[in-house]
Amino acid sequence: MTLKKVDEIIDKYHGEDCWLVMILQDVQKEYNFLPVSALKRVAENLQIPLSRVYNIATFYSSFSLEERGKHLVILCNGTTCHLRGFDNLRDEIDRQLGIRAGQTTKDKMFTLEVVACLGACALAPVMAIDEKCYGNMTPEKVRTIFESYGKMKKRKKSGK
Amino acid sequence: MIKSIEELSEKRSFAKSEFYSDKVKISVGMGTCGLANGAGDVFEGIRDEIQKQGLDFVVRQVGCVGFCQMEPIVDVLVPGLPRVFYHHMSAERGRELVSGISKGNFCTEWALARLDQDKLLVELDRPLDGKLNGLASVPTFEQLPFYKDQLKIALRNCGFLDPHNIEEYLAAGGYSALSKVLMEMGPEQIIDTIEKAGLRGRGGGGFVTGKKWRVCRQAPGYPKYIICNGDEGDPGAFMDRSVMESNPYVILEGMTIGAYAIGAEQGYIYVRLEYPLAVENLRSAIKQAREYGLLGENILGTGFGFDVQVSRGAGAFVCGEETALIASLAGFSGEPCTRNVYPAEKGLFGKPTIINNVETWANVPVIINKDWKWFAEIGSDKSKGTKVFSVVGKVRNTGLVEVPMGITLRRIIYDICGGILNERNFKGVQTGGPSGGCLPESLLDLQVDFDQLSEAGSIMGSGGMIIMDDRICVVEVARYFMEFLTRESCGKCTACREGLRRTLEVLERITSGEGASGDIELLEELCSYIRNNSICGLGKTAPNPVLSTLRYFRDEYIAHIEQKKCPAGVCRKLTIFKVEPEKCKVCGKCIKVCPSGAIKGKKKQAPVIEQDKCTKCGLCRETCPFEAVIVT
Repeated sequence: MTLKKVDEIIDKYHGEDCWLVMILQDVQKEYNFLPVSALKRVAENLQIPLSRVYNIATFYSSFSLEERGKHLVILCNGTTCHLRGFDNLRDEIDRQLGIRAGQTTKDKMFTLEVVACLGACALAPVMAIDEKCYGNMTPEKVRTIFESYGKMKKRKKSGK
Repeated sequence: MIKSIEELSEKRSFAKSEFYSDKVKISVGMGTCGLANGAGDVFEGIRDEIQKQGLDFVVRQVGCVGFCQMEPIVDVLVPGLPRVFYHHMSAERGRELVSGISKGNFCTEWALARLDQDKLLVELDRPLDGKLNGLASVPTFEQLPFYKDQLKIALRNCGFLDPHNIEEYLAAGGYSALSKVLMEMGPEQIIDTIEKAGLRGRGGGGFVTGKKWRVCRQAPGYPKYIICNGDEGDPGAFMDRSVMESNPYVILEGMTIGAYAIGAEQGYIYVRLEYPLAVENLRSAIKQAREYGLLGENILGTGFGFDVQVSRGAGAFVCGEETALIASLAGFSGEPCTRNVYPAEKGLFGKPTIINNVETWANVPVIINKDWKWFAEIGSDKSKGTKVFSVVGKVRNTGLVEVPMGITLRRIIYDICGGILNERNFKGVQTGGPSGGCLPESLLDLQVDFDQLSEAGSIMGSGGMIIMDDRICVVEVARYFMEFLTRESCGKCTACREGLRRTLEVLERITSGEGASGDIELLEELCSYIRNNSICGLGKTAPNPVLSTLRYFRDEYIAHIEQKKCPAGVCRKLTIFKVEPEKCKVCGKCIKVCPSGAIKGKKKQAPVIEQDKCTKCGLCRETCPFEAVIVT
């Protein structure tokens, strides 16, 4: 894995450590997760302790230190989604993909993350795949959507 | 690049003349809600049909008008005729609409409302030729119950303007407040105006905005900073998202006025991670404002300089708290500080900093334009102006509702939002998100403002309003909020970190049927400890969902603990679903909907739910048209 991209990202933020959160977001976008080598490079380049970089990488919930799947499935557990059937969608995804929050399918196709709110409460319950939002979800719609991603053989969980 | 205030007003006159061209203009609402409902396809359908027929129509993207229930919404503006809004559009309907209009036929079938004059939201006069061309049967905007009692200040222009086109914002009177400030008003006078208007922070705290600005102006230290808090973390609130997506320029104008008032040169907008479209639209607005000389050095040739950058959050609810946000913005983890000194004196990088949320900034240009007296006459005694509420949950019309402060809950829920979904009974309303409380039916006539809500044991918060019907278990809701807050607590102070965890454990016990006598008292003790000993607002308000449900729905807690029953039929371990053969009409819908195949039916016989397979998801009860699925 080349770390040239990390240097480019840091240059974009003029090497200012106040943009650390944004820098890590861009690094994660580039590598799909935060590899340890990249974290070390960020610390070196910004001349800050690795512990501070690690602190940020573990404090904010959107960062992942483990490799994630090709598609990021985000299930909203905002209050409205919770009241309008979040549990049933979560169970259906478990039935379809065999993963729960924070887990990745064995074939590295999908990672499921549960977030607090996507801000589309009027369409609750809501699910998003790679930033495309699906509203008024039902377990049946979950099945249809995942079927459109290819034949659903039972994917066994891996990771956490 | 606009070099002077005179040039700006020339530019505005030109933009106005362009805004109402002689072409048919079709606008598609493409905020997050619209897009999630298929507005992208609608847009493409309309554009293709226009191209196919070779019509000289304009099709464009706008933000959201706040009536999420009706999305995707399309509005059609034919020169000389009223503006017409269409609801629940699809690509197919979009195509039909275009071909109808080209023949002079307005498909009134999907029309939601007509707007004869744009005065309601945009300060523009549009010439009408007096004809209605078959649109007389379409209700006017002012007749729609959803919009009738609304007064749009923060949300004005949202859904009417193209968020990527600064000229449209100029046409709608944008940047006239900044011109006024730069030409006629000194910093002190601006602060006086904002203070006399009685504007209070819309992010939850309700602190008097003018006071905050004054402290910051007088504080020693250089440079000073302006921050817009767009970290709308309360699950259930999305008004800030709507403003950032639909009318980003108003935030920039408000911030620029604030910067001029306190003497700041740099501003930041902190947007939560979950709002990618808001980030995109804000960035495009900043780029355009720079090109037009409305951000950057020497704004409008006055020598005053101010610039704005967007920073994205990374998924932490606590970053909505201002000291945590400031820490996050400086590249640290979002942990709040004790408030010995306010950010107005010592904030970002240790310098005086003003931090207001999106909705507050959106109010600023209007107050400057209309004057403080106009604003101070709206609202209740101590809460002036309007507040935007996102009314969601088990309610018929969901969406963003902007109303004068002091309106009753009943008017918002029943008159504006059409009451409870599926004719069920109202049980409670959660205001203020996870830091707020759950208010029962007996408080429906409560006047909604900062002080009244707080007296009732809830808070205004950022304006989320989640409506619950009798199939919602308030104990489970309290558990949900505690789970959320336990996860989001930054862990810095013991009261919040440990206290919330213990509270959650008790609630988990109660909702799984293992509640014991004394649990209610234990909850009360824990809550008072957390409230009195936490550092920041997150911990201090965290017990509200538990305390308010204990106050208003105590009998439900008792039912869970003593009878081991969940009256609403939500808590899975306390609920058994059964089909009542007398009510069942053997339609088979429950069999079809059951995701675990637990419902078995025989011909002409009421189906039976196999309890060992049943996951208690409740879909059969939701689906049954005859209320034959009951909870025992």
